[in-house]
Amino acid sequence: MNLAIMGAIEQGLLFGILALGVFLTFRILNVPDLTVDGSFALGGAIAAKFIIDGTNPYLATLLAFVVGGLAGAFTGVLHTKGKVNALLAGILTMIALYSINLRIMGKANLPLLREDTLFTYVKDLSIPNLTVGGVILLTGVSVVFIVGILLLKLAIDWFLHTDLGLDLRATGDNPKMIRSFGVNTDTTTIIGLALSNGLVAVSGAWVAQYQGFADVGMGIGMIVIGLASVIVGEVLFGSSSIFRVTLAVILGSIVYRLVIALALQAGLNPSDMKLITALIVIVALTVPTVAKGIWNKQAVRSVRGGNGHA
Amino acid sequence: MLKISNVNKVFNAGTVNEKIALRNVNLHVKPGEFITVIGSNGAGKSTMMNMISGGLFPDSGTITIDGKDVTRLGEHQRAELIGRVFQDPMAGTAPNMTIEENLAIALGRGRRRTLGFGVNNHKRELFREQLKQLDQGLENRLKTKVGFLSGGQRQALSLLMATFTEPKILLLDEHTAALDPKRAQLIVELTDKIVARHKLTTIMVTHNMEQALNMGNRLLMLHDGGIILDIPEEKKRTMKPQDLLRAFEAARGGESFSEDRFLLT
Repeated sequence: MNLAIMGAIEQGLLFGILALGVFLTFRILNVPDLTVDGSFALGGAIAAKFIIDGTNPYLATLLAFVVGGLAGAFTGVLHTKGKVNALLAGILTMIALYSINLRIMGKANLPLLREDTLFTYVKDLSIPNLTVGGVILLTGVSVVFIVGILLLKLAIDWFLHTDLGLDLRATGDNPKMIRSFGVNTDTTTIIGLALSNGLVAVSGAWVAQYQGFADVGMGIGMIVIGLASVIVGEVLFGSSSIFRVTLAVILGSIVYRLVIALALQAGLNPSDMKLITALIVIVALTVPTVAKGIWNKQAVRSVRGGNGHA
Repeated sequence: MLKISNVNKVFNAGTVNEKIALRNVNLHVKPGEFITVIGSNGAGKSTMMNMISGGLFPDSGTITIDGKDVTRLGEHQRAELIGRVFQDPMAGTAPNMTIEENLAIALGRGRRRTLGFGVNNHKRELFREQLKQLDQGLENRLKTKVGFLSGGQRQALSLLMATFTEPKILLLDEHTAALDPKRAQLIVELTDKIVARHKLTTIMVTHNMEQALNMGNRLLMLHDGGIILDIPEEKKRTMKPQDLLRAFEAARGGESFSEDRFLLT
């Protein structure tokens, strides 16, 4: 397989963290959270700024998680305590973060040339590529990424099965019921939004280190990319259990990147990619519904036919 | 066990839509009492239930449960004291979560949430034992999502979830009204069984007069925001639905009882 495909898999794995974050709000909490565009760039900004200032990249990425979590918590407080509509609360935080990210970075773009980053650490491991008969299946870098994101996935699976995790899921599923059992849904919503945006910021931090720079505009459209991954993943790989759906979301992120890579190879411009993204989401959302409709019609027809003969 | 003192509630005060929901309501419920509540639409039944559960706060007056003043405590703060089953069978359970996960949430009522596993083998054993009481075979379907159950099964599960941690007060809010007669009867029998087993102090709102007379050991009739009839067990046992209507008319000074939704049989 060629270089573009390899790169798409690596990117898909990094953006898989973003997809897991979006999954937590969009599916588990049932809250559409637009903070994502801001907190993704926030993660990149924090990581780049602190790495350039000499902070250990592990610590810088952890900081991105914490600060991203704070941004999510802010949206959560705005939504639950301030009774602001969830979409609007997210948009407000997102727009505020644009200025904050510029403040953090000091300029619109921070290059990470010649800096030690998590990505240079991964490359220095020099894991050999996974090849079958001379054809590269996976790069050494992706192998490390796969191990990393699977560990993260398992941690999220575990969390969603703890007492607190059950409360979070019930908050999205039936808030009236979970309140009647003594759970403050404001608190669970805030925790969920914080966790989600923490993950999104980690994804941003990783992407900044992977691509070698942080940019104030790097978060634009991330919510749609996250949604695309979640929806494509669920449609293609199923969502019958938490264990399955978190895996599906990561795979969805990889499929999304592969489609983008193919579209670029087919000669489309990088500037067309937002359009492709929108199309992917539209197709993933509508095709199952339309297919179901056709299937049902056929079922009705066959039943009618059967009656006619009898 | 439950004391409601001088509670008043007015909705939309000072506007043309002003509605007095409760006027100076006083109610003293003794431990182990099973009260059935009837009354026409707008009589204040739901408002009273919501006052007890914490969904609404009174304009004036106090509510104490088991000696504890809960008047200003939010719904989730007093949930450890109260079990509740709603009219809508969908309302009491989380559809996308499994039976065992729903029960685990119920088991955690009022406790601090930790990062321990919500469901473990020890709890599973307890859940199986509890589910057997329902006679629905649910004890073998712990990992089934609740959304796949029928309305009757969901309501039976809701009832179990509301009661197996033995709350101080059990609130039943027309919890059989949305079911077909056969399933409603099943839930009625389960309710009697569970309430008797745990000796739960229970308040049940119903539109079914027969049910109100057959179940429980005290009957209240609400009208226009007040309690107009309070019938003790001995008297209740001898009454028929027609007697209730006559008692209503007597209490209202000749006003006849008109309520389409009331079931006389």
